[in-house]
Amino acid sequence: MEQVERPVLDVSKLPTVNFGTKSLTWCGIIGMMAIEGMVFVLMIASYFYLHSRSVEWPPHENPPDLFWGTLNLCVFLLSIIPNEWYRRRARVGDKRAVQIGLVVLTLVGIANLVIRYFELRHLNCDWSLDAYGSAVWMLMGLHVTHLLTDLVDTIVLTVLFFTSLVEGKRFMDASENADYWYFVVVSWIPIYLVIYWAPRWLHA
Amino acid sequence: MTSTSLLETRALSEAEQKQAAQLEYIWREPTGFIGWFKAVHHTTIGMRYVVTAFCFFLIAGLLAGAMRIQLAFPESHFLSADKYNQFFTMHGSTMMFLFAVPMMFEALSVYLVPLMVGTRNIAFPRLNAYSYYLYVFGGIMFFVAFFCNTGADNGWFSYVPLAGPDFAPGKRADFWAQLITFTEISGLCVAVEVLVTVFKLRAPGMSLNRIPLFVWGQAIVAFMVIFSLPAIMLSSTMLLLDRTGGTQFFNPAVGGDVLLYQHLFWWFGHPEVYLIFLPGTAVVSTIVATFSRRHAFGYLVLVLSLVSTGFLAFGLWVHHMFATGIPQIAESYFTAASMMIAIPSGAQIFCWIATLATGRVVLKTPMWWVLGFFFVFIMGGMTGIFVASVPVDLQVHDTYFVVAHFHYVLIGGAVFPLFGALTYWFPKVTGRMLSEKLGQISFWLFFIGFNVTFFPMHLVGLRGMPRRVYTYPANMGWTLLNQIESIGYIFLFLSVLLFMGNVYRSLRRGALAGPNPWLAGTLEWATSSPPPKYNFLHLPTVNGREALWDAAPNQPVVAGLDEDCRSVLTTRTLDAEPEGKDEFPGPSIWPFLAAVATSIAFVASVFTPWGITFGTIPIAITMIGWFWPVKQAADRRREREIWSK
Amino acid sequence: MSLLAAIPGFPSNQTSLNPAGPAAAHIEHTFALIFWITATVYFITLAVLMYFVWSRRWTLALAPIPQPTSDASDRLATRAVAAAVAVTVLLLFVMLISSFVTSHRLGKMNDQQALTINVYGHQWWWEIQYPNEAEPYRMVTTANEIHVPIGTPIRIHGTSRDVIHSFWAPNIQGKRDLLPGYNTDVLMQVDKAGRWRGQCAEYCGMQHAHMSFYIVAEPQQDFDNWMSAQMQPSVVPGNIQAMHGQQVFLSHACVLCHTIRGTTAGSHVGPDLTHLASRSTIAAGMLPNTVGNLGGWILNAQALKPGSRMPPNQISGPDLQDLLAYLETLK
Repeated sequence: MEQVERPVLDVSKLPTVNFGTKSLTWCGIIGMMAIEGMVFVLMIASYFYLHSRSVEWPPHENPPDLFWGTLNLCVFLLSIIPNEWYRRRARVGDKRAVQIGLVVLTLVGIANLVIRYFELRHLNCDWSLDAYGSAVWMLMGLHVTHLLTDLVDTIVLTVLFFTSLVEGKRFMDASENADYWYFVVVSWIPIYLVIYWAPRWLHA
Repeated sequence: MTSTSLLETRALSEAEQKQAAQLEYIWREPTGFIGWFKAVHHTTIGMRYVVTAFCFFLIAGLLAGAMRIQLAFPESHFLSADKYNQFFTMHGSTMMFLFAVPMMFEALSVYLVPLMVGTRNIAFPRLNAYSYYLYVFGGIMFFVAFFCNTGADNGWFSYVPLAGPDFAPGKRADFWAQLITFTEISGLCVAVEVLVTVFKLRAPGMSLNRIPLFVWGQAIVAFMVIFSLPAIMLSSTMLLLDRTGGTQFFNPAVGGDVLLYQHLFWWFGHPEVYLIFLPGTAVVSTIVATFSRRHAFGYLVLVLSLVSTGFLAFGLWVHHMFATGIPQIAESYFTAASMMIAIPSGAQIFCWIATLATGRVVLKTPMWWVLGFFFVFIMGGMTGIFVASVPVDLQVHDTYFVVAHFHYVLIGGAVFPLFGALTYWFPKVTGRMLSEKLGQISFWLFFIGFNVTFFPMHLVGLRGMPRRVYTYPANMGWTLLNQIESIGYIFLFLSVLLFMGNVYRSLRRGALAGPNPWLAGTLEWATSSPPPKYNFLHLPTVNGREALWDAAPNQPVVAGLDEDCRSVLTTRTLDAEPEGKDEFPGPSIWPFLAAVATSIAFVASVFTPWGITFGTIPIAITMIGWFWPVKQAADRRREREIWSK
Repeated sequence: MSLLAAIPGFPSNQTSLNPAGPAAAHIEHTFALIFWITATVYFITLAVLMYFVWSRRWTLALAPIPQPTSDASDRLATRAVAAAVAVTVLLLFVMLISSFVTSHRLGKMNDQQALTINVYGHQWWWEIQYPNEAEPYRMVTTANEIHVPIGTPIRIHGTSRDVIHSFWAPNIQGKRDLLPGYNTDVLMQVDKAGRWRGQCAEYCGMQHAHMSFYIVAEPQQDFDNWMSAQMQPSVVPGNIQAMHGQQVFLSHACVLCHTIRGTTAGSHVGPDLTHLASRSTIAAGMLPNTVGNLGGWILNAQALKPGSRMPPNQISGPDLQDLLAYLETLK
C-alpha cells in the first residue's frame, strides 16, 4: 500500500464484471451496430432511390419467392427465446446454461445459413442484369456477411465455454454475443420487408 | 509523476518511486524489431499516426508542387495530360484520406484524448494498433500503384461513369476504391475507441460539463465518422462491384443511376470536411484558452456549436450537386441549410474573440498559428456563402474559385491549427521546446505563401478557369495569376522545410520542457514530458473544466487499482462517478497479423473476387488468435473477480 | 464587378463578371451583394480580433496563474457575442433572400417561343443539334460552335453520350451538368453580340482541359443566314483538286466516324463535318480552324490532343493537300 500525503479515492471494491452500459466492450459493440445499421439504412435508401428512377419494378422479373425468406424470418424470431434465456443466465454466471444456449444458437445460425442458401436460389434476379438485381443481391449480401461473421463468433465462443478459460470476462462476452444476435435478427426485419414485400406493394 | 499543482513540482516519495517502477514494468512497450509490431499504447500508436500522416502531407504537397510547375505556363508539357490527371487525383485523395482525417481526427485524438480524460490507455488498444496498420498498408498500396503508373486518375471523388467499367480501363479506379476501404475501416475503429474512451474512461469528477473542449470536438467528430463513413464504404464498394463483379448500380441503361453515386459519396463527403475542420476548432479552443490565460468564454455555446455543426453537416450534401439539375425546392432547402451552418461557426469565432478580448494574450508560436487560422478560415467561410447560393454556385462550381474556397477552409481550418497543435504539444510529446524564432519564421512564410498561392485562385476562377485542367490556352488572361500562384508554392515549401528543420534541431538541442511549459490547464500537462507508458502515476480526479487550473489544494487521486496487471478505472457516462474496473490487454502481435491478413484480402480482391472469399480465412484465423484468452491472465481474473449487482 | 472585365488585355468572353444576358446578369447581382457584405464582415471581424490581440498582449511569465474573470466583463462579452450572432443571422438572411430572388428570376425567365438547341456531351467535344419540328430532315447538326440570335430565349436541351460533362458559358448562364441517363433543360438568352466562350466544367477524363465551345450571338438576320447555310447539304466539289480531296476523304478511315451530308459518309461517332469550314475553331475550341492546324490534326491528332478519339492517319502529302482543299470548301 502506498503512502500518499493527499486524499485518495479508493476504487478497490469496484466490480470487475459488468454488463450493458457498464461494459466497455458492450459500448464498443453498440458502436459497431450503429455503423452496420447505417450501412443497412443507406443500402435500403439506395434501393428505394433506384426504384424511384424506374418505371417497372422489378423490371421484367418476378419478385423473390416468399417461402424461404419468410421461413428464415420465423427461425430468427423463434431464436429470440433461447437467446434471451442464455443472455440472462450469462449475467449471473451460469456456465451450464450459457454452454447450452451457445450450442443452440450455433445450430440456429447454421440453420439460418442453410435456409439463406435457398433464399439466394429463389431471388429470381441476377446482380449482373440490372440495377434492381444488384440492389437486391447487395442487401442480401450484407446480411449474409452479418450472419456468417456472427456465426463464426458464436462458434468460437461456444468452444471457449467448454475450456478452462471461462471467467467473468467470458460471461460478458456471452451476454454481448446474445445482444449482437438481437441486432442480426432485428436488422433482418426491414431487409426482409424491402426484398420480399416492397416489390409486391410498390409494383411500378 | 502527476502534479496537479501548476507551479510547484515536488520530488517523488520512496513509495511513489516504487510504484512508478512497478507501473513502468507493467505498462512497458515491447522493444526490438518484433516488439515494434506488438505495441499497444496510445502514445506509441498516436505518434505513428502523426508521423505517417505528416509524411503523406509532404508527399501530397510535392505532388501539388509538380502541378504548380505544370500550370505556371500555358500549354506546358512538364506533365503530360495523363500524369497531371494522376497527380491531381493522388494529391486530393492523399490529402483527404491519408492526411487530413488521419491527422486531425485519428492522430490527435489517439494521442491526446486518453491523457486529457485522465486514463492510462485508449479503449480497445489492440484495435487501435490494427487500425494504424490498416491505414498505413492502404496508403502503401495506393502509392505502389501510383509508382507502377496505375495511380488513380478520376479526381478524389472518382465520379461514375468516368470511373466505371466503361470509361476507366485498368486497375486505377479499383485501387482508389480499395484505398477507401482501408482508410474508412481504420477511421471507424478509431471513432469507436474514442467514443468509448470519452464516455467510460474519464477521471472521476469530469462530468459532461467539465470535459475539455478538445475532447468534445473529437467526440462529436467520432459520432460523425460513424454515420458518414458507411456511405462512402457503400459507394466505393458499389463502384468496385460494378467494375469487377458485373453489378449495374450505375448503368442507366438497365435501371442504374449515376447520381446514386453522387448522393452516397456526398452524404459522406460533406461531413468529411467537418471531420477535418471540427478537430481544428477543438485545437483552437484549447490554444486560445491557454494563451489568453483564462477559461474559454462561452463553454456551453462552444459545445452546442460543435454539436449543431455535427448535425447540420449531414443536411447539406446536395450543395455539391447544384449543377445536376435538382428540383427547385431542394435547391432552396440546401442553400438555406448551407448558409445557416455559418451560424454555429460564427458563434465559435465570436466566443474565441471574446476569450482573447477578456484575457491576457500571450503571443507565442501556437497563438500565431491560431491568428493565421482566423485570417484564413474566415475568408474561406465568406467564400462559402458564395457557393452556398445556388445561382452563384452555378458560376463558380468546378472553377478555381471553389478550389480557393476549399483550400482556405481546409488549410485555414485544419492545417493552421495543426501547426499550432504540433508546436503546442511538441514539448509534451518530446520533452523539449521548439525554437520560438524558427517557429515565427515558418509561420510567416506559410501565411504569406498560402495567400500568394491561393488568393489569386478566386480571381482566375471568376475569370473562367475551370478546375482539374492540366493546362490552359495562352490568350485567356490566366497566365499571370497562375504564375503568381506557382511562386507562392515556393514559400509554402520553404516554410514546411523550416518547420521540419526546427523539429529536427529541437529534438536534439531544444530547451527542456518540463511537464507544463505553457502553464496550461488540461490533464495531459499533469504528467511528465514525454508521458510514461502508464500516463499518470496516480490517476487524477477533476474539479473543473481546466483540471489543473481548477484543482482543489488537496485534489484526491485514485487508488486501489491492481498493481500487477493493466488495470483501469471505468466511470459513469454522465457524471464520471467511478463505476467499475477493467483490465486492458498488453502487447500483442495479433493486430499486426490481422492487419496483414486483411490487407492481403483487400489487395487481392482488386484483382479477383475470390480475393475476399478466400481472404476471409486468414482474417478469421488471426482474429481468433487475437481474442483467444491467455490462461494465466484468465486464472488471475477469475480469482479476483467482483461481479456487479 | 464589370471593372475586372474592363481591364485592357484581359479577354472577358469567358467570365461571369461580364454578363451578356439576363441570367448571368441576375446572378451577378447576388454575387455583388454577397461580395460586399462578406468583405465588410471579414474586415470588421479581423480588425476587432487584431485590436483585442494587440491591446491585451501579455507574457506568460507575468501570468502564470490563469486569471479569474469578472462577472461584469463576462456579461459584456455575452452581450457582444449575442449581438454578433444576431447580426450574422440577419446578414445571412439578407443574402439568402437575394439568392432566392435570383433563383426565382432564373426560373421565370422568358421562354416564349424559345429556340431549342440540343447539346450532347462527348469525350471531348460538343455535338450540337438544331431540331426542326416542322421539317425533321432539315435538322442542323454541327459541333463545338453554337449560333444564336440576340434577344431570343434559348432552351439548351442536353445529355451526355458518355461520362458526365458540364455545359458552361459564364457570360451567359450558370453551368448545367450533362448526365448520361438524364435529360436536362436550361434556359438562356444572349443580349450582346459576340463570341462567348464556354468550357466543360466537370472533369471528364484525359482531355477535359481542351473541351471548349463558342456561343456566337448575332443579329436575327445573320443568324437566319447562318441557319439556311447550315441546313444545306455539303457543297459539290467544284474543281479537280476538291473532287480528289473528297475521294481521299471517302476512301480513308474518316468515314468511320464523320458525317458529311450529301455524301455517303454518315457516321455519328465524331463531329459532323458538313460545314466544317464555317467554324472558327477545331478540336473543341482548342485550335483556330486554319489549313495548317487542320492538316496537323488529321495527320496526328494525338500529338495535339493526346487521348482524343481521333487516330493518326497515314495520308501522303499530295493527298493531304487535296483533302484540305476539299474540306476548305465545306462552308
